[in-house]
Amino acid sequence: MSVLEEKEYSKNFDLSTWKELLPFVKPFKRQIIFMMVLMFIVAAIDAVSPFLTGWVIDNVIVPGETGKLPYFGIFYGILIIIQALVIWLFIDIAGKIDMGICYEIRKGAFHRIQELSFSYFDKTPTGWLMARLTSDTQKLGDVVAWGIVDLTWGITMMTTMAILMAFTHLKLTLIILSVIPVLFVIAVYFQRKILKRFREVRKVNSKITASFSEGIRGAKTTKTLVREQANDMEFHKLTGSMRRSSVRAAVLSALFLPMVLTLGSIGTALAIGMGGNGVVAGTISFGVLVSFIFCSLQFFDPIMELSRVFADLQYAQASAERVISLIQTEPGIKDPEEIEESYGTFLHPKRENWPAIKGSITFENVSFAYDKGQAVLSNFNLEVSAGETIALVGETGSGKSTIVNLACRFYEPTEGKILIDGVNYRKRSLQWLHSHLGYVLQNPHLFSGTIMDNIRYGRLNATDEEVKEAARLVNAHEFITALSEGYQTDVGEEGAKLSTGEKQLVSFARAILANPMIFVLDEATSSVDTETEFLIQQAINKVLEGRTSFIIAHRLSTIRSADRILVVRNGKIEEGGTHHELLKNRGYYYRLYTNQFMEERESRLLSV
Amino acid sequence: MRGNRAQYLLSIFAIAISTIISLLNPLVIRYLIDSVIGGEPFEGPAWLISLLEKLGGTSWMLQHIMLGASSLILLTAVSGLFHFLKGKWSAEAAETTAKNIRNRFFAHLQRLPFDYHVKARTGDLIQRATSDIETIRKFLATQFVEIGRTLFMVIMAATIMIRLNVKMGLFSMAVIPFIFTFAYLFFLKVQKTFRASDEAEGRLSTVLQENLTGIRVVKAFGRHRFEIDRFDERNQEFRVLTTRLIRLLAWYWSLSDFMSLMQIGAVLILGGYWAATGVFSMGTMVVFFTYVGRLLWPVRQLGRILTEMGKTFVSLERIQEILNEPEEKDLFSGLHPEITGRIEFDHVSFRYEEGPDILKDVSFTVEAGETIAFLGPTGSGKTSLVHLLPRLYEPTSGEIRIDGIPLGTIEKQWLREKVGIILQEPFLFQKTLKENIALARDGVIEEQIFTAAETAAVHDVILSFERGYDTLIGEGGVTLSGGQKQRVAMARTLMKESPILIFDDSLSAVDTETDAQIRKSLKDRGNKATTFIIAHRTSTLAEADKIIILENGRIVQMGTHEELSRQDGLYRRIWQIQNELETELEEELNPQLQA
Repeated sequence: MSVLEEKEYSKNFDLSTWKELLPFVKPFKRQIIFMMVLMFIVAAIDAVSPFLTGWVIDNVIVPGETGKLPYFGIFYGILIIIQALVIWLFIDIAGKIDMGICYEIRKGAFHRIQELSFSYFDKTPTGWLMARLTSDTQKLGDVVAWGIVDLTWGITMMTTMAILMAFTHLKLTLIILSVIPVLFVIAVYFQRKILKRFREVRKVNSKITASFSEGIRGAKTTKTLVREQANDMEFHKLTGSMRRSSVRAAVLSALFLPMVLTLGSIGTALAIGMGGNGVVAGTISFGVLVSFIFCSLQFFDPIMELSRVFADLQYAQASAERVISLIQTEPGIKDPEEIEESYGTFLHPKRENWPAIKGSITFENVSFAYDKGQAVLSNFNLEVSAGETIALVGETGSGKSTIVNLACRFYEPTEGKILIDGVNYRKRSLQWLHSHLGYVLQNPHLFSGTIMDNIRYGRLNATDEEVKEAARLVNAHEFITALSEGYQTDVGEEGAKLSTGEKQLVSFARAILANPMIFVLDEATSSVDTETEFLIQQAINKVLEGRTSFIIAHRLSTIRSADRILVVRNGKIEEGGTHHELLKNRGYYYRLYTNQFMEERESRLLSV
Repeated sequence: MRGNRAQYLLSIFAIAISTIISLLNPLVIRYLIDSVIGGEPFEGPAWLISLLEKLGGTSWMLQHIMLGASSLILLTAVSGLFHFLKGKWSAEAAETTAKNIRNRFFAHLQRLPFDYHVKARTGDLIQRATSDIETIRKFLATQFVEIGRTLFMVIMAATIMIRLNVKMGLFSMAVIPFIFTFAYLFFLKVQKTFRASDEAEGRLSTVLQENLTGIRVVKAFGRHRFEIDRFDERNQEFRVLTTRLIRLLAWYWSLSDFMSLMQIGAVLILGGYWAATGVFSMGTMVVFFTYVGRLLWPVRQLGRILTEMGKTFVSLERIQEILNEPEEKDLFSGLHPEITGRIEFDHVSFRYEEGPDILKDVSFTVEAGETIAFLGPTGSGKTSLVHLLPRLYEPTSGEIRIDGIPLGTIEKQWLREKVGIILQEPFLFQKTLKENIALARDGVIEEQIFTAAETAAVHDVILSFERGYDTLIGEGGVTLSGGQKQRVAMARTLMKESPILIFDDSLSAVDTETDAQIRKSLKDRGNKATTFIIAHRTSTLAEADKIIILENGRIVQMGTHEELSRQDGLYRRIWQIQNELETELEEELNPQLQA
């Protein structure tokens, strides 16, 4: 569970975490530098503006001479045109950097996900991975790109302004700026506190969402149990605490701005008080006084921005940690280097070096346990000759799927070894095995796209005709051509627009197109109508021809047609043999069979 | 919004005060620059002049200039105080509104008819409950007050500026209508681009989601490369479209900044000119200059807020749409009779709102304590029939009576306490197993929970979990198999000890042996409840006091096991399967026949 804990943030800002992100930021190095230069310009112009007012006062208003105004106008006009241009440029480029970094991180994380093994997905919910590649990634892109914008702008603007002020009147500058450190400390403190409060709000909020979801999905059950009022009460507690924590967070943030402004007005007051005396004494001009007043007012924007960036960075730290932990996860099953050398990698396979496969499979003293759990198999032995069809029967959790998944090398034995064509499969590459594998799941998974695309998933370079041929072989062609758009029909998200039976037929076509030597079928328990069932049965028989196959079987007809039936119980083969032999034994299989016989016939009678 | 109107008014009041006071600051600065430092005569309200005179006039002020300057701090603090109050009050008001909407929405959802939930699109409802309410809350908490603040700001600043100098005042605000219109039109216009980016993000998540849920297929076919390319396409598309959106925003910010800077520059130049030529004082120019800077920001934001307000109205409508759905009738009103469990169906017909008759003229009587079993093909009306008993649906015609009392006169909540039904697909809540079982009844003791679980043959299963009865179900907890879920739901319903019990095919996912075990323990427990069972297992059916065969909504056969097994019909055919099995086994195992 430790991987899944939604750690909202880490206490300390940790630079090393951010260093891990550097490879994703590097491609944008030049753009970032250019953007920083742009921010220098924006900040400099912003810093100069109070002094422009001062200049007008000292050179136009006080002497009462308007002659210099037109020149000032031209200068000012040029300045704001530059400013507008630079603003356009920096937003555009920051957007590019932001989206670019997101793109790179997402790409890297997705890449890694494709390499991770089954065991990783067993313990990692889809939602968790989704969040890493969507919201977390976005947050990182934002915080890096716009964080640099705000940091550069804030620091440059404050420094430039401070320097300009100091050159104009050092003593007054020091007096006014004395407020700044205090302000900054308070601002950072507040921002952190505010973020913390909002995190609490989000926590309650996710509980409310969960509650709504339960209330809606469980509404029917709620009625039968007469739980309406009780549920209301529970829900009121939640919304009550939501209100409380939201108000607490809002009150704190409402306090923030007035505090900063009030503290800031001390600076303004000091400017007027001290500066005013100076004007009267003739040591300071009116223009300087006014520009200092404006400076004292303008100093707060960067302080607020900077404190926000620091708070954001700290907040994004957790996102960075999670994303990096994903990217740095090593796949549990991986080809060693020497295998990669001769067989090639995932992305660049060297098919020319791959030996042919016949398809015999041997389990030699295999033991297996899922992630430190109880052993599912221990000392398991099995020999399957090439082309043989094996039906595995037994209760849920007996170990049927484990045997199949081990044979496919989706997991590797904890002890013992598995040989394919007499060679330990660890001595050959993963992709070598998987490219000879056909795999049809209970609940067939299709991708959104056309039926054509989905079947072609089995062999990407198959021609349209080959796809249709595969569909014909498994009896899918009729139903597909009956659809209004035929093979170009969109199957919807996860194939939602097709019935379960139709999805199964499509997934058979997909598997047969791959022309695998080893075929795995996890038969569906859910009932389909009799006609489809017949089609599927025929399809299965076609697919099995001449291939080594494992079937996790439920239907009697499938079970009976296997070359060998293995009854699996508690990770051991309790009985093995043909249908006839096993019935004769009058053992566990006999009971299984009679039960299943009754169920199938009954449900056939009762489904119209 | 109702109920805390006062708080909304208070927060608007607070923001008005805060805005007014914050606009006074520049005036104080003007006084200090012009009169105190510059020595010009002070123009202002008479009371203020006399107050200042009493203090000692300009010369006194000059000596105590820090004091005058400190009034800036005071003003800012007071304005800040009201700003804070506005924040507090508006948050309280908005959060209370949000809380009320949430509570009402939740309560309403639970009180919508059973049928509504059968047809409901869960994802859509959850979306309304969460993001739509959030949109409304956000609008009330921030934007609603922000609109008020901007309006106050513009009105107040305009008044002060025009009173100081009409021409200069109008001139200073010249750009405001343009910026506002520009902002409004701009955001109206780029909504399409916003949507395009959102949609691209949606497509990106879909590809990601599909890849993750189908990761086993991807691996089995070794399609890493293909998936990476497919993902890259969407990833790239999202990047391109969002970058385009940001570029549009770059136009907005740079153009509106340019307009603002132009206005500020114009005020500086014209103000400088008039101040130099003595039309007004330097301090007045500073006031204009400050006001303009302060006005432009909120005006720019307002354009955006107004375009986004549309979203809030859409959300409000979406919430209202659900709230307008009629709630269940008689949920809290009707008779509370004692119920022993004699049930009569009197010429009952039923159909769903629009559609063919599901039940046609069904009549039968069940004595208290009897067990009645239903058998029939899919769609014959078995489930609809038992759903009528707890009044999850109402008969279209005919009448159902419990102990002689028409069902329609009994309060639904009361009735449902007395009718325990285990649904075909029971829902377990995200609580511990113990809490889930205890759900049906208040104030239960552990012993009762254990007994119920034992009867439902799930006690041992629960104890086999590491945390036993304290095991959490669902996300972050254990996932139960279909059969286990059904049994937990059964234990939960048994807790009610209701005089009427309904098993709606509740043992379908349980194997035959466990099924038999459950029925035995129910009997041992001395089950006195009138029991309705929908089943297709022969052994279950045979034990019933009465068996009803339904076909196309009609009762085609009714009687005891003995009676029905003598008649030709569905019931006998089911029993014949046993014979078929025996023949087949005979054939398989008898070598003579095989040859």
